[in-house]
Amino acid sequence: MSENNPALEVRNLSIQFGGLKAVDDLSMTIEKGALYGLIGPNGAGKTTVFNMLTGVYKPTSGSVLLEGENITGRSPTEINKAGIARTFQNIRLFKAMSVLDNVKAGLHNETHYTAIEGALRLPRYFREEKRVTEKAKELLGVFGLEKELDTKAQNLPYGKQRKLEIARALATDPKVLLLDEPAAGMNPNETAELMDTIRFVREKFDVTVLLIEHDMRLVSGICERVTVLNFGQELAQGETSAVLNDPKVITAYLGE
Amino acid sequence: MRKTTKNNLITFGGTTVLAVVMAVLSAAGALNSKTSGLLIPMGIYIILAISLNLTVGILGELSLGHAGFMCIGAYVSGAFSLVFQNTISPVWLRFSLAIIFGAVMAAVFGILIGIPVLRLRGDYLAIVTLGFGEIMKSIANNIYLTEDKNGLHFGFTNPPSGIDSETKRELLKGPIGMAAPQDTTIWAVIAVLLICLAILMMFIDSRSGRACMAVRDNYIAAQSVGINVTKYRLMAFTLSAAIAGAAGALYSHSISLLAAKKFDYNLSILILVFVVLGGLGSLRGSIIATIILYALPELFLREAGNLRMLLYAIILIVMMLWTNAPFGIRLRERILNSGFVMKLKAKFNRKKAGAGGAENE
Ligand SMILES: Nc1ncnc2c1ncn2[C@@H]1O[C@H](COP(=O)(O)OP(=O)(O)OP(=O)(O)O)[C@@H](O)[C@H]1O
Ligand SMILES: [Mg+2]
Repeated sequence: MSENNPALEVRNLSIQFGGLKAVDDLSMTIEKGALYGLIGPNGAGKTTVFNMLTGVYKPTSGSVLLEGENITGRSPTEINKAGIARTFQNIRLFKAMSVLDNVKAGLHNETHYTAIEGALRLPRYFREEKRVTEKAKELLGVFGLEKELDTKAQNLPYGKQRKLEIARALATDPKVLLLDEPAAGMNPNETAELMDTIRFVREKFDVTVLLIEHDMRLVSGICERVTVLNFGQELAQGETSAVLNDPKVITAYLGE
Repeated sequence: MRKTTKNNLITFGGTTVLAVVMAVLSAAGALNSKTSGLLIPMGIYIILAISLNLTVGILGELSLGHAGFMCIGAYVSGAFSLVFQNTISPVWLRFSLAIIFGAVMAAVFGILIGIPVLRLRGDYLAIVTLGFGEIMKSIANNIYLTEDKNGLHFGFTNPPSGIDSETKRELLKGPIGMAAPQDTTIWAVIAVLLICLAILMMFIDSRSGRACMAVRDNYIAAQSVGINVTKYRLMAFTLSAAIAGAAGALYSHSISLLAAKKFDYNLSILILVFVVLGGLGSLRGSIIATIILYALPELFLREAGNLRMLLYAIILIVMMLWTNAPFGIRLRERILNSGFVMKLKAKFNRKKAGAGGAENE
């Protein structure tokens, strides 16, 4: 049944904060394996959409379907278990934990032993820790972080913190990966490298990517389709180059 | 070997050696009676400090009622020992059961408090545990338990009436307290301490411990990777309560007449001071801080009395400023980056310094 369903379907999603309609009647369909962009001026409501998709905010109305399954209103934990992982605009790492432990925390539900088996060091603890550590190292290798396993996350330079956050999200083995401004604060070289990484990740981990980004080189470089939000409403939607050349969209960006 | 494993082994080994050496010296009569008398309470305080560190340092939740859990452990185990004083033998078996029973009851209360409070996000735990500690103290202060040929009689705020005076045995005597059998030996304290230390270390260095620290470091991110936040908060808090209960059991069996007023707010704060000064999340730090802060004043500042609490308060404030206030951080950085310290570091530190990271949030 889930074979033919899109990876993620957003239907008439709205949320209201007091008098402000932060997101108003947004719909989008993201096919499996797509690299999809969500763009728009500052304060347009992009992060708010991510927060609704991941259960941090409960939408006022509308629904979210993950491979056909309605996940609206579930808790963030349950939504991650269902298959959506994310990064945050203002990086949220487990600061005081090592790089390796950040990813191992991401592998939490992949680590199969109970608290008692852990606290008493029963055999399964050793077997699973070994397996999960290998897996975490492999993931960190993809992001060039294999030399910093023991570094505290907060001591990583900014660009590597962003990469670690993506690695941690991927550790949860998501169907859909949400990236909130992954290139923020990166120089053009780092951004170019990030674009390669995102493409690579999509292939290797067989994941659908939805990303928010202000850097139009990144968006036009890797996103196949985009939705433009303006004041919480959809301004345009479709194939990337067409949308980016749409006069409405250009005005919205220049007008900010 | 992994760094964490190595660190844990050093802490565990160091604690074992120190404890055994002290116990042997004491048994051989090499310590004066004052120092000898400090060993058992010091061991108990260490157990309390490491268990509180799980809640405060690893879980990142402030608990101001650790003495309340200790109180439950003390009373439940004490009552158990008194009731079964003549029925269960040998003593070690009765005492072990008493400790376990005390720990389990403390854990039950941990769950009862934790379920409503830890589901909420925010600093509610501090307020609730503060009230809880005081309530436990007051309840313990008003409980009467008397035994006669007809069985056990229970009284609250007043001693039970209609007791057969021939066979009367008062077990719990309200504000006067409880005289549990003196089963606590230094070896029992060492055994419980080492077991609790090992369990805490293994818990923290496991999937569950990582989950707790993830919640501490970033609640929303922890949820975003599928961690059941409430479950792990509850688990750590309950384990912390259980161990405090075990410490309470050791305590009540080491005091000839234990009154509930001992388990007051000051005691909870004292343990918190040990934890904060030893370093949040560092079991080794808690142990060292407890030894220094408990033993030194006991040995040298006995007369100071209330001045001691003042001293602790001042140390706590200085410590907070040192780690949190902007000028404290600046001062610290200036000291740590000064030529002298740098030279020392270069000598001792083989690790390469981590690159300067970006500050977030
Ligand atoms: N919890 C909240 N309560 C009230 N208002 C909110 C809340 N979260 C977001 N908003 C408002 O919703 C609007 C959209 O915010 P959002 O963070 O989604 O914008 P954005 O498109 O991500 O912007 P940027 O590009 O700057 O990150 C803003 O006006 C913001 O102030
Ligand atoms: Mg945003």
